[in-house]
Amino acid sequence: MRKILLSSIIIIIGITFLSRLSYLQIFSFSPDQVLEDPSIKRVYSYPERGYIYDRNGKLLVGNDPAYDVMVIPREVKPLDTLEFCTLLGIDKEKFIEKLRKAKVYSPRLPSVLVPQLSKADYARLQEKMRKYKGFYIQKRSLRYYDTKSAANVLGYISEVNEGDLAKNKYYVQGELKGRTGVERYYEDLLRGRKGVKYIQKDRFNRDIGPYKNGALDTLPEPGKQISITLDKTLQEYGERLMVGKRGGIVAIEPKTGEILTMISGPTYDPSLLVGRQRSKNYTALYNDTIANPTWDRSIHAQQPPGSPFKTLNALVALQEGVIDENTTIRCYNGFYVGKTKRGCHCGGGLRKLNDGIYKSCNAYFAGAFRKIFEKFDTTDEGMDVWEKHIKSFGLGDYLGYDLPFGQKGRIPSKEYYDKWYGDNRWSSSFIISNSIGQGEILATPVQLANMTAAIANRGYYYTPHVLKKVEGKDITNPKYTEPKHTTIDPKYFDPVIEGMANVYTKGTARWLQIPGIDVAGKTGTAENFTRINGVRTQLTDHSVFVAFAPVNDPKIAIAVYIENGYFGSRYAGHIASLMIEKYLKGEITRTDLEKRMLEKTLEEEYAKPYSGKEFKINERAW
Amino acid sequence: MLGKILKRIDWLTIFIYLSLVIIGWVSIYSTTFTEDNASIFDFSSLHGKQLFFIIVSLISIFVVLGLEANFYERFASLFYLISMVLLLGLFAFGKTIAGATSWYDLGFFNLQPSELAKVTTALALAKYLSDIQTDLRRRKDQLYALLIILIPAILIIPQPDPGSALVFFALVFVIFREGLPLFYLGIGFSLILIFIITLMFGTTWLVIGLALLIALFYLLKRKSFKIPVLPVVLGAIAIILFSLSVDFVFNNVFEQRHRDRFSLWLRLEKDPQKLEEIRKTIGYNTYQSEKAIESGGFFGKGFLEGTRTKGNFVPEQHTDYIFSSVGEEWGFIGTATVIFLFSILFLRLIYLAERQKNAFSRMYGYGVISILLIHYFINIGMVIGVLPTIGIPLPFFSYGGSGLLFFTILLFIFLKLDTNRLKESF
Repeated sequence: MRKILLSSIIIIIGITFLSRLSYLQIFSFSPDQVLEDPSIKRVYSYPERGYIYDRNGKLLVGNDPAYDVMVIPREVKPLDTLEFCTLLGIDKEKFIEKLRKAKVYSPRLPSVLVPQLSKADYARLQEKMRKYKGFYIQKRSLRYYDTKSAANVLGYISEVNEGDLAKNKYYVQGELKGRTGVERYYEDLLRGRKGVKYIQKDRFNRDIGPYKNGALDTLPEPGKQISITLDKTLQEYGERLMVGKRGGIVAIEPKTGEILTMISGPTYDPSLLVGRQRSKNYTALYNDTIANPTWDRSIHAQQPPGSPFKTLNALVALQEGVIDENTTIRCYNGFYVGKTKRGCHCGGGLRKLNDGIYKSCNAYFAGAFRKIFEKFDTTDEGMDVWEKHIKSFGLGDYLGYDLPFGQKGRIPSKEYYDKWYGDNRWSSSFIISNSIGQGEILATPVQLANMTAAIANRGYYYTPHVLKKVEGKDITNPKYTEPKHTTIDPKYFDPVIEGMANVYTKGTARWLQIPGIDVAGKTGTAENFTRINGVRTQLTDHSVFVAFAPVNDPKIAIAVYIENGYFGSRYAGHIASLMIEKYLKGEITRTDLEKRMLEKTLEEEYAKPYSGKEFKINERAW
Repeated sequence: MLGKILKRIDWLTIFIYLSLVIIGWVSIYSTTFTEDNASIFDFSSLHGKQLFFIIVSLISIFVVLGLEANFYERFASLFYLISMVLLLGLFAFGKTIAGATSWYDLGFFNLQPSELAKVTTALALAKYLSDIQTDLRRRKDQLYALLIILIPAILIIPQPDPGSALVFFALVFVIFREGLPLFYLGIGFSLILIFIITLMFGTTWLVIGLALLIALFYLLKRKSFKIPVLPVVLGAIAIILFSLSVDFVFNNVFEQRHRDRFSLWLRLEKDPQKLEEIRKTIGYNTYQSEKAIESGGFFGKGFLEGTRTKGNFVPEQHTDYIFSSVGEEWGFIGTATVIFLFSILFLRLIYLAERQKNAFSRMYGYGVISILLIHYFINIGMVIGVLPTIGIPLPFFSYGGSGLLFFTILLFIFLKLDTNRLKESF
């Protein structure tokens, strides 16, 4: 017994030790420990963030050096506070307070004392910095915007938050990251990769040499210079036209799917979200919940498309063989759904496809829409076919453009109406509003522009995108370089396009004709409602316009959506016409038209629902 | 004569001894390594000095083996006396290093007599117990045996070096091996257990546990066995009183640093902020040492690649915390190897001790095992965080000339005695 006692103790001790060691070294061990190891410091060197150019090589976003005055509290020696404060341009109380805060944060780590000095301040301060021990100037780079436009597309960068840190191990506290727009979507391209140096430290936090002789160190990889598809001139021009209006403008080059402009009104100067005033400005923009300047209407605003949608219904009817160019439908200054009459502004009479389009005859398209459904035995079948054709134009779902956010829009399906009315309890009459782009259909401006591009191309489109070149090389991503075909045969486009061209020559937009350019377009006037104190109230119609030009060699397809702008040919039509001329000619010949658009605002219209008083809508005069 | 010794000596023990010394030195080299002192023969560096002591120790082995075996028994009392005088002399002539007056400054070398005393006490104890006149059943003889152990301990405590003093109590095992009733050992263990339970769960739970235990015992045994009511009640009262006194002593007599040490050891502190505070102060060494070992993982970071070792994050790493450098650079493979080597060494020494025909050799053998084992147990236990911080070196590993030399002598005297085991008398 006594003999075994000691042996047993030895074995028990051995097992205890081995269990504890395996707990420490096998169970608790994680290979990421190099990141937590207090003996290894990582020193980062940051590459410059990539510049952003427009499609013609004009600079949109660059970088500007900024200078932070840093302090390491425990290294601060007594100093002439007053002189130093004068140099820094802050008062003494603030200086003492900042210094105290820095000390609380950490006496031995650097803190920012005064952020983002201007170049002039920096020059003045630089030579005298030697006198002030414990203070130094750290250079860093801020985004610099060479434009006041395109804030919605370019996006902004800001410091990473806890969520980013948890999601992506690349970032460390204090680094910047694209938040919206191109800055976010192409963050990896623009950011580059920071370089890391691992430094071995001792427990007094002194450097004692590179860790593993620098075997793990990496050099910074510079951010890529990118060109985006926006046309800076056109974008800036469009934003000028949008002053005082709400809505979206999207122009696409049909042959490539490149987005030429993408405007959301109202917008803001991207420079507001850089520098010392950043957070104040951001709060102000973000809190404007009525005008919503940070809400990108071009990709978010889902609205009924109105009459431009008639062109698609015409194409579907042609494709399904239920009408041809010579099919006539009578307009009774409206049309009947059961016993109710729905109005039409076209003047009445016998309509064919051509004047149906350019006079925007509601009765004609209601008729064509019915014919589509009459072709099939059941409404369900008709609905499926119709939905398939319409969706092939990129409506009713995410388009797949290279921006981080967006909305799907809506193309109703038979399931949608089954839920609404009950299975088999609805027919084409119930959904006749869809024939004229009202009803349950919703689309964003970018979807309307894309639909127009597909018509301009006679049957196909490229997924709209904003990235054009990376480091001077054209993009090759097949997602953006391969065409998507619609389900409509190319031969059916010509009569529809002819009708759209006639919109300018003898139709609803005849006074918007651009001298010397053949334009095809379609006006739209979309009814809309809001709730005021819980009462459904109709507001002035939205003004919608889609167009492309030149008709036989389309270089631009555009959709303009102006909230509460009334007739399509008013605001939206004017703006579309001016934008096309600006893009194709580089100058505006119809200065009176331009002047009117630059001067007129809809602020009065937008104030109506908030006025608390009775108000009139769709006022004739303007 | 040397030929005979080499034939009979236990080569397994020597192999393990050499392995431990080599691994130990490599670890010291790693902890003291800088770019400037990379040469292993740089005697101004700590690893150079240790290499010198290794050579001295190896020479001492030949001296130890060369002497007559009965020399050690014959002069055991004298050696003991000399070492006690040397310990006493420290009060007058000692050199103070790091707050402890434990050394004689011999110019080229600081002698630590407490290390010598470990050898001589083991010898003296063996001699006293093996004396034909000694009978451990007698209280007086039990007391004498205990005194041999207590005297050096009492002389060492005020240096102050409580860790080294504690080592001598390990020799109690020798007395047990030779016949001290196990009852004492049982009491000792019970007291430690009650102490820990009281700190971890409080007296209330101890009482509840005790009541349950007695009830269970009563239910199981009542048919075959008449329960002696009075002793059980008295025992229970004694336990409760001890538990209450532990509580009192812990809260009122102990200083905060002692309390912190225990709360760190028994993981009593649950508040993460206070835990962080303890890790930065009293628990700093243990925390850094555990972290260094943990970061080594299964395979270790490799020789001279231990970042925490290089950065000197573990204080006293070349002496008491040397094992953490093994853990960081050689991983679980390294630490397990060392544990394995020590365990084999101890089991082998028990085997050797048990085969001694001569009582003195056997008892000395047990003395060697007890001393080495307590060092190993407390040191590694502390470094890996299962025991409270008690600063004693890891035999054959830790930096320190006296330590290595006298551990070597301690071990090889026994090996010498072992080569002589077949001679009935000498």
